[in-house]
Amino acid sequence: MAVHEKITIAKAINASLRASMEADPKVLVMGEDVGKLGGVFRVTDGLQKDFGEDRVIDTPLAESGIVGTAIGLALRGYRPVVEIQFDGFVFPAYDQIVTQLAKMHARALGKVKMPVVIRIPYGGGIGAVEHHSESPESLFAHVAGLKIVTPSNSSDAYWMLQQAIAGDDPVIYFEPKRRYHDKSRLDTESIPDPLHKARVTRTGSDLTLVGYGPMVKVCEDAAKVAAEEGKSVEVVDLRSISPIDFDTVQSSVEKTGRLVVVHEAPVFFGSGAEIAARITERSFYHLEAPVLRVGGFHAPYPPSRLEDEYLPGLDRVLDAVDRALAY
Amino acid sequence: MTVEGTAERKTARGGSKRTTAKKASPAKKETQSRARNSARPDQAEHDQLVQLLTPEGERVEHPEYAIDLSPEELRGLYRDMVLTRRFDAEATTLQRQGELGLWASLLGQEAAQIGSGRALRDDDYVFPTYREHGVAWCRGVDPTNLLGMFRGVNNGGWDPNSNNFHLYTIVIGSQTLHATGYAMGVQKDGADSAVIAYFGDGASSQGDVAESFTFSAVYNAPVVFFCQNNQWAISEPTEKQTRVPLYQRAQGFGFPGVRVDGNDVLACLAVTKAALERARTGQGPTLVEAFTYRMGAHTTSDDPTRYRADEERLAWEAKDPILRLRKYLEAEGIVDDAYLAAIDEESETLGKRVRDAVRAMPDPDHMAIFENVYADGHALVDEERAQFAAYQASFADAAAEGN
Ligand SMILES: Cc1ncc(C[n+]2csc(CCOP(=O)(O)OP(=O)(O)O)c2C)c(N)n1
Repeated sequence: MAVHEKITIAKAINASLRASMEADPKVLVMGEDVGKLGGVFRVTDGLQKDFGEDRVIDTPLAESGIVGTAIGLALRGYRPVVEIQFDGFVFPAYDQIVTQLAKMHARALGKVKMPVVIRIPYGGGIGAVEHHSESPESLFAHVAGLKIVTPSNSSDAYWMLQQAIAGDDPVIYFEPKRRYHDKSRLDTESIPDPLHKARVTRTGSDLTLVGYGPMVKVCEDAAKVAAEEGKSVEVVDLRSISPIDFDTVQSSVEKTGRLVVVHEAPVFFGSGAEIAARITERSFYHLEAPVLRVGGFHAPYPPSRLEDEYLPGLDRVLDAVDRALAY
Repeated sequence: MTVEGTAERKTARGGSKRTTAKKASPAKKETQSRARNSARPDQAEHDQLVQLLTPEGERVEHPEYAIDLSPEELRGLYRDMVLTRRFDAEATTLQRQGELGLWASLLGQEAAQIGSGRALRDDDYVFPTYREHGVAWCRGVDPTNLLGMFRGVNNGGWDPNSNNFHLYTIVIGSQTLHATGYAMGVQKDGADSAVIAYFGDGASSQGDVAESFTFSAVYNAPVVFFCQNNQWAISEPTEKQTRVPLYQRAQGFGFPGVRVDGNDVLACLAVTKAALERARTGQGPTLVEAFTYRMGAHTTSDDPTRYRADEERLAWEAKDPILRLRKYLEAEGIVDDAYLAAIDEESETLGKRVRDAVRAMPDPDHMAIFENVYADGHALVDEERAQFAAYQASFADAAAEGN
């Protein structure tokens, strides 16, 4: 692996899994089709060839079974990295994740650890059929005991996954599937940011845009267009949804005085609501406008011909920027 | 001891009898209609039971499950069952006295639990539900540890690895997958220990149990599924869960199933031993259905008089697991009155120890809410912990200022 290579997110995740498996023989990869096929997105391509069927495990088609057995393997000292094929298929495993995985450490008064990582390709924008485009991060973030992260570029994809695997807590690692094939620089040498640190990816002085995963690019594009219109927009890539690095968001907002949060998931009860509430509490006297949110509607994810209307795009984000600046 | 056990049951029934009197007719009606609709396992199924000790306490042989125990071992099984029943009765009483919020009694299931529990090796691993007090006893878990979650001072509260006995699991069936995953790990480690998962007849309807059958069969995992078919899932009889005898399910998944007389401690021991041996020697999973009966209520919150007939319980009382072993041991001269009296005394001591320990159990510290939520910490938990600590401290400050 070259040090500063431009590489797709999918390949970065693959390299990350490889590095984790090489570093620790207890790391296992499990899921449907992860072996010979390399996963339906080819993210685990070649791993079974190199690490064997014993460490890259094609599982029965049973999500509760995948997560439930991963819990048992973790109890035995393994570090399973589980792939859920698509966002909408995690729900058969939701029970195991919420009632068992998240609570095991507390229930055992700290005597057992649950180093299980669940990788979920999530979000829309790929023209898929039903149940292949959802953003269920809030449903997991609401559960104490889980950590939720989502990278938006190749270096983060590479490092954050290894950090998640090395940690002793269960982590839901949401992969922005529509960005799988976007190339960006992979830096395998610099010391990575801590897993839960938000990052300012573009500085500005008039307004803060917070996004994560697939929306970071949309936010950056919006900031560029806004700049052409003479508005200075700062972009924060949240990177972690549980915990959220409110300090970074707060200092950005206290500089700009305005905040717009962008995500694909429905706005109602979404992560944007949490951020708006916390930042209002922390920075009430710095705010020049109410915190605005841009996201999905309170409706089932629509058929793909309508997904461009449903997903926050450049125009909807810019509209929110204008509304915030108009106060 | 058995006499005392009966007394306990009578006491427990005292409350429910009143309920029966008040609601005599509807309860009866329900029972009758259930009898009409039901397809209780018939005699032919009953004949499939592996049995080594009849309800009358006579030793019988089974071609596949020979077992030869020393008098010492036989006495041990008796002692385990008596002490477990005594512990269970004490916990029921403690619940009645308001010391425990809830209790799930194992009354009637002592043979299934002690028989299977004593079949285990120290390096085997157990995944229980919430009623496996007898198995916990066999694993050397201090019985008072089992009471923390029922008293409400913790949600588990023991280190699963110190006795290879996992935490009680409330969500029905979940632990069968944990057991299977753990067994897959045992297999990867090249170890020759086995894993056992306990669950009920109701749990057999859960997807997780079916998925654990699939996974364990596909990977040939060294796991034994030990289903205690105590005939009821709260108010629902087994025929509301299945139309085929449960042990036959295994066949469809590609591994053997066997139905054992769950009130026969010798048969439970022999059958579980054989199943564990299969697991250890790479022959994969086995489903053991221990055909038994829950003699008490589902939990202390349950009122079984609403859904089942007294005659049913009385019929099963005649098959009492402890009584039958005692008859055998007495007939063989393996125990005498002095021995039985000594066990009764030991039971009383255990009862007192449990009583005292429960009453002495302190409420957890307020700040325990925030402990062990995460292994590596979490900024939000840290923030909320600090806020809550400051809030708590404000009362102390106010008190100090004389407000
Ligand atoms: C998933 C789930 N659904 C419902 C319950 C509530 N519940 C607790 S015990 C029980 C009956 C279980 O019956 P069975 O599996 O036969 O075990 P038993 O209690 O008879 O030993 C039910 C419905 C639960 N704990 N978990």
